[in-house]
Amino acid sequence: MGHDHPQYIGHTKTYVVIWLLLLGLTGITITVAGMHLGAFSMLASLLIASIKASLVLWFFMHLKYEEKLFKYMFLIPVATLTVVIALTFSDIWYR
Amino acid sequence: MKHRDYIGAKLGMWLFLFTEILLFGGLFLLYAVYRSVYSREFHLAALGLSTTLGAINTIVLLTSSLTMALSIAVLRQGNKNASIACQAITIVLGLAFLVNKYFEWSGHIHEGIYPDSPALLSRSHGEILFYGLYYVMTGLHGIHVIIGMVAIAIMASLTYRGAVSAENFNKLENTGLYWHLVDVIWIYLFPLFYLIT
Amino acid sequence: MDNNFYNTPGNYPGMFGWIFSTDHKRIGLLYLGSIFTFFLCGMTLGLAMRLELIAPGTHFVTAQTYNALFTVHGVIMIFLFIIPGIPATLGNFMLPLQLGARDVAFPRLNLMSWWFYIAGAAIVLFSLFSGGGPPDTGWTFYVPYSVRSGTNVSVAVFGVFLLGISSTLTGLNFITTIHRLRAPGMTWFRMPLFVWSLYATAWVQLLATPVIAITLLLLIVERSFGVGFFDPAKGGDPIMFEHLFWIYSHPAVYIMILPAMGAVTEIIPVFSRRVIYGYKAIAFSSLAIALFGYLVWGHHMFTSGMSDESRMIFSLLTFLVAVPSGIKIFNWLASMYKGSIQLDSPMLFTLSFIFLFSIGGLTGLVQGALATNVHVHGTYFIVAHFHYVMFGGTVFAFFAALHYWYPKMFGRMMNEKLARVYWSFLFIGFNTLYFPMFVLGWQGMPRRYYDYLPKYHTGHLISTIGSWVLATGVLLMFFNFFRSLSRGKQAGDNPWGGATLEWQTSSPPPAENFEKIPEVTKGPYTFR
Repeated sequence: MGHDHPQYIGHTKTYVVIWLLLLGLTGITITVAGMHLGAFSMLASLLIASIKASLVLWFFMHLKYEEKLFKYMFLIPVATLTVVIALTFSDIWYR
Repeated sequence: MKHRDYIGAKLGMWLFLFTEILLFGGLFLLYAVYRSVYSREFHLAALGLSTTLGAINTIVLLTSSLTMALSIAVLRQGNKNASIACQAITIVLGLAFLVNKYFEWSGHIHEGIYPDSPALLSRSHGEILFYGLYYVMTGLHGIHVIIGMVAIAIMASLTYRGAVSAENFNKLENTGLYWHLVDVIWIYLFPLFYLIT
Repeated sequence: MDNNFYNTPGNYPGMFGWIFSTDHKRIGLLYLGSIFTFFLCGMTLGLAMRLELIAPGTHFVTAQTYNALFTVHGVIMIFLFIIPGIPATLGNFMLPLQLGARDVAFPRLNLMSWWFYIAGAAIVLFSLFSGGGPPDTGWTFYVPYSVRSGTNVSVAVFGVFLLGISSTLTGLNFITTIHRLRAPGMTWFRMPLFVWSLYATAWVQLLATPVIAITLLLLIVERSFGVGFFDPAKGGDPIMFEHLFWIYSHPAVYIMILPAMGAVTEIIPVFSRRVIYGYKAIAFSSLAIALFGYLVWGHHMFTSGMSDESRMIFSLLTFLVAVPSGIKIFNWLASMYKGSIQLDSPMLFTLSFIFLFSIGGLTGLVQGALATNVHVHGTYFIVAHFHYVMFGGTVFAFFAALHYWYPKMFGRMMNEKLARVYWSFLFIGFNTLYFPMFVLGWQGMPRRYYDYLPKYHTGHLISTIGSWVLATGVLLMFFNFFRSLSRGKQAGDNPWGGATLEWQTSSPPPAENFEKIPEVTKGPYTFR
């Protein structure tokens, strides 16, 4: 079907930069875990993990360069899981 | 009737990844519930895991994602051998991850901590569930790592034979997507099991 | 018609040209054959149950066997028949045709879906005759009994796991097909509404099935290793099993009903000779049902021990999910208003679908309200409700769609006179079998019991007689189906005067579906 690939832009440098960011964030999350944040500790670790995950999705998995369709579609399983967890907690937290 | 739909193939792979998110999602749901009910005991149990080993494994997988992404980039730039090298390194890093995991698991099993073991059952409920989730979630993740390594090995062979090339790389790209998702799942597993304070 | 996909040789000789075919039409027919075989198995089990229940006391089977009967009846009917149901059979056959495409997006994956289905079915059947014998836990496999039961739960559940993979892959295939393979000029809002329903269904198949997959895996792990997720002695919560189970199994019922509603939406305009009323409302209500379907699973668990807050939330959401279904019913009725109704067999089954599904749906509201739920949960009221929606709803629509698309698939017409005969057996038999169950349930008859108090005898007796009438209807229908293959009147390209693309090609279609891919310039229901 021919070339429906867009003109290729080299991403090699970007990948290395993102990798360094990811290593840095890993260091940060370990450090933050050592601090006494109480209830916020889990929130902080999930937040940092989500930033790392977003970097992998956006750059390594190319979501940044994909059509809008892919970007919107990715929200669907995330929303589904969020809603399912939230509704389950409406039971667990109020028993 | 042969035609190549590059975007369609990529769409199909993303849809498959969505199923993996929901598959692990069920386990994350269980984790969230039990951690909220047994937060102190989860913390206690987590002390039995080595943060160092967990961190090493995180770095190993993050690096393997880099080499995986590079393998596609260099292939598209025309460098077949560099691509195969990157794919090979990715597999080796995956193997390193599994070897690490093997040592972790054997360590616990040696101490008598495994599902339904007397030593584990003598501990608190939260600790029993923590280790149950630990084995099941890292176990399922490990199976996915193995599958990924096999898939990349097949891709390396196809790249060598020219069936995967700069013009025809979407199989490699899709394999990369799978591998990155395996990495993303670990990105969440690491703090949830190794960094509980 | 000589240039049709039956005559075109497959990649392999003879039978292998079918079971290794990547042609969506052949795969659809492979599913059709498999699914109807299992329907007959499941029906036989149902008849056996009804026979045991014809009068109080033990007659033909022990209590243990009865437990196995209702478990296997449920597993077969749900996982081997109705969930693959319309999407795997008619969806596979018609989707590419309705889109003006030559096949689905991933034909080889499609074949693999069927093989996963066969493997899963084989393993489920194997579990009946091996190890500790057929499972006796109910198709819902609730803990703790499913962990402790000596029967072959792990094997059966693994079979269901494989069936889940089949369903997930079909959903993946259909989503990609609908996004990528529409004919030139076919915008989203020029697609047939059957396609919209398959699209909504596919998303549910894709996202919900993995949750049952992990749930079943956890059950096997629990039986094998005693991890303790659902065991209170180890800190686990049995209600978490129910949550995980129903997070899939509720959306699953929308997998069952959405394609049925889609098929009905195809039939009504054609047999009323009028354009469908409210195309966008029907399209969006399909998506709304798929979406809301994820939010109501707790209504299966109102008496399990969940918090009051969650029960109120789930009850409210359950009432909301009825709204898009109601919208569809109003649209269907409006589509028929002032139309020229052709009461051929597809329309006859469609009209009975609307009637039976409405009864089922309305009784769902009785169950969705918390107070009345306490009274009817675990009784025959529930059994009646779900048979009205799944059988009176989905399966009657399936029958309607089979009669509608039979000429396209086989190039022949089914015998209309005979259809009217077995339709009456089916309709009368169905209501005689299931309506008394509403009354029995309300009076307190529990479900899954092999015996009962004498005061329930009359209801059960009527019900059992109904099962025989119904079964007669089913057998007559199968007879018509097979006889018409060789003796039916030759059908032309478009015997019903439909306006969707599948009717623009020959009956049966050629292997590549269309001589030339059509160009679409208007919506799918314009008859004038």
